[in-house]
Amino acid sequence: MQSTLVALVEDKPGVLTRVASLFRRRNYNIESLTVGHTENPGVSRMTIVVDDSRTNVEKVAQNLYKLVNVIRVDDVTEQATVLRDLALIKVQADGGSRRSEIMQLVDTFRARVVDVALDSLMIEATGTEDKIDGLVDVLRPYGIVEMVRTGRVAMARGKSGNGHK
Amino acid sequence: MKKTGAEIVWAMLEHEGVEVAFGIPGGTIMHTYHPRRNYGVHHVLVRHEQCAAHAADGYARASGKVGVAIATSGPGATNLVTGIATAMMDSSPIVCITGQVSTPVIGTDAFQEVDITGITLPITKHNYLVSDVEELAEVIHEAFYIARSGRPGPVLIDIPKDVQQKSTEFDFPDNDVDLPGYHPVGKGNADLVAKAAQLINQAERPVILAGQGVMMSGAMDALRAFAEKTDTPVALTLLGKGGFPESHPLALALMGMHGEVFANRAIQQADLLLAFGMRFDDRVTGRLDAYAPFAQKIHVDMDAAELNKVVKADVAIHGDLRQVLEQLLPLVLPNDHAMWLERIDGWRAQSLKRNIINRPENGHLAAPHFINEIWEATAGQAIVVTDVGQHQMWAAQYYPTDNPRSLITSGGQGTMGFGLPAAIGAQMARPDKEVWVIAGDGGFQMTMHDLATIMQERLPIRIAISNNHYLGMVRQWQEFFYNKNYEATPLLGPDFVKLAEAYGIPAWRAKNRRQAREAIAAARACNGPALIDFEIAQEGDEANVYPMVPAGAALHEMIERPTYVMSPHEAMSPQEAAAQPAVAMMAEV
Repeated sequence: MQSTLVALVEDKPGVLTRVASLFRRRNYNIESLTVGHTENPGVSRMTIVVDDSRTNVEKVAQNLYKLVNVIRVDDVTEQATVLRDLALIKVQADGGSRRSEIMQLVDTFRARVVDVALDSLMIEATGTEDKIDGLVDVLRPYGIVEMVRTGRVAMARGKSGNGHK
Repeated sequence: MKKTGAEIVWAMLEHEGVEVAFGIPGGTIMHTYHPRRNYGVHHVLVRHEQCAAHAADGYARASGKVGVAIATSGPGATNLVTGIATAMMDSSPIVCITGQVSTPVIGTDAFQEVDITGITLPITKHNYLVSDVEELAEVIHEAFYIARSGRPGPVLIDIPKDVQQKSTEFDFPDNDVDLPGYHPVGKGNADLVAKAAQLINQAERPVILAGQGVMMSGAMDALRAFAEKTDTPVALTLLGKGGFPESHPLALALMGMHGEVFANRAIQQADLLLAFGMRFDDRVTGRLDAYAPFAQKIHVDMDAAELNKVVKADVAIHGDLRQVLEQLLPLVLPNDHAMWLERIDGWRAQSLKRNIINRPENGHLAAPHFINEIWEATAGQAIVVTDVGQHQMWAAQYYPTDNPRSLITSGGQGTMGFGLPAAIGAQMARPDKEVWVIAGDGGFQMTMHDLATIMQERLPIRIAISNNHYLGMVRQWQEFFYNKNYEATPLLGPDFVKLAEAYGIPAWRAKNRRQAREAIAAARACNGPALIDFEIAQEGDEANVYPMVPAGAALHEMIERPTYVMSPHEAMSPQEAAAQPAVAMMAEV
């Protein structure tokens, strides 16, 4: 099973290194780690996905709290949460019929084409990792030239924020 | 008022109550040294930066205050690393200040540049690279707060040379620190405390496991009150020594790998373990799946990450130990565990019979004997600073103490070379106390250059070298587990008496118990430092640390102290013992 942790951290130099170093030192396995700004200047938000069959999630949270720059950690795995991954996928598409087939698949997955070249299409997809895995599976036979995924970001549903000042 | 970064460093150290700093100047930190005389901080020049960190650590452990070490960039900073890791593992509050190359050349592989904040990231509680002189005062204030609060630990501040040189308008920062993610814990959860009290009131065979957290949270009195009210015996971890008086009838002595058999047996037979400010180190538990199989466990620690890390607790309380004990005290019932204590005392009597101290004099010197002589001579009131190895375990066994912060030793990291420099710090912190270093000949040679520092500061430290011409603990393991293959453990040392003489330190050599007694008396009569080279048994059962839980064994599978049957020709008559050659005394230099 995968667990999702959301950590609010001070936006200071080296914080990402501290978190990454903690995972390496304690021998924790990270499936994905994303960092970005939040509504509060000075606070960044990390979404950390760990494989809880190999890593004790409670210990991850407790050790994250030992980092002075970590403000708050929530395990949102069991909460009603919106989970999203974003992917950019470049697919070979030189022939006419292949191109329209791909466009149909893209529509079905509610993804969109963001760049068209003579011999390729770039597709942008957001959704759960499962959905994107599904899209990748059906695109693979056409020839995936290049792909990048952001890794999971997460936010709990409802009006309560990730309560910091 | 305008101040340079260098002046701000000293003004802030003074402001934080620092009286002494240990260090060595160099290219990128000399600017900070320049204005030192204008401030009330004494500087101790050590001979290797590792010793600066250990001395700061020893200072912190002896006083409970934050110790300070200073080094230059590059090798000066990397030399601190062993000392920082040692302080981290044993939760010792130190602040290390390092010089760094100027900000414009950081990252260019400038002369003596090293990424010390990167290097020390996993071995500090927190660290800083100060890129702007405006931040410096606040950073120093935060660093001291972080080092000493919560679970204490080392903090490093890396200050580039140009930041030391720049001037700014200086005011002392507010007392408050702006650390939104850092909140040391106070009281424990009331429901959990109540649940713990219930288990305590029901227990028939409880044992308290007291760790260093007792002293860190200032819970000595609370622990004693709790133990007495609930009639619960108290076993100590190595770093927990001093948290509960060992002369107390409820004291169970050291637990774990080289703990007393009766302490370990009590743990294995207990129906309730109360782990107070300790972390179930592997040296304490032995084989985990056989650890205290009948016991429910209550674990109190101020570091949540320690709870359920090694041993699953039935009640895990995240809190400051003193406050949790004060919460518990009114909830626990006065109890009487006479039957349980009687059983333990039976085991204790067995252990005493085997104790090497009770062997008749046979003309040899075993380390426990000279340590016992030091204990008797100092009435157990000295601060004993050990190095790491066999003598460390013997010191823990044979220097019982009733006083907190009186056994200073590298526990978690097991850092050889720690003893002498840590004693420098301890003596600076406690000039009123008699400080003894007990070190093996192996560890002593790792930092013995700092004898010069002791002389330069005229510190009256007594140094006892437990000299068996071996890396003794490794040799013991080789004897037990590697077919006596003494690979790389025989050790050629210098003549320590002559070595001391070269530094101007009076020294003696002792080869039997009588010489040991006399040398200790002579060393104690010195006003300044003194050194004794104790030539101890090299092999045989007097040369091994017992009891011992072999690696991978359960606590109750200890190798006990050998029983000793003396053949008639071995025993010495009192006359013979008295007729042994007297100690060869060096002239005072």
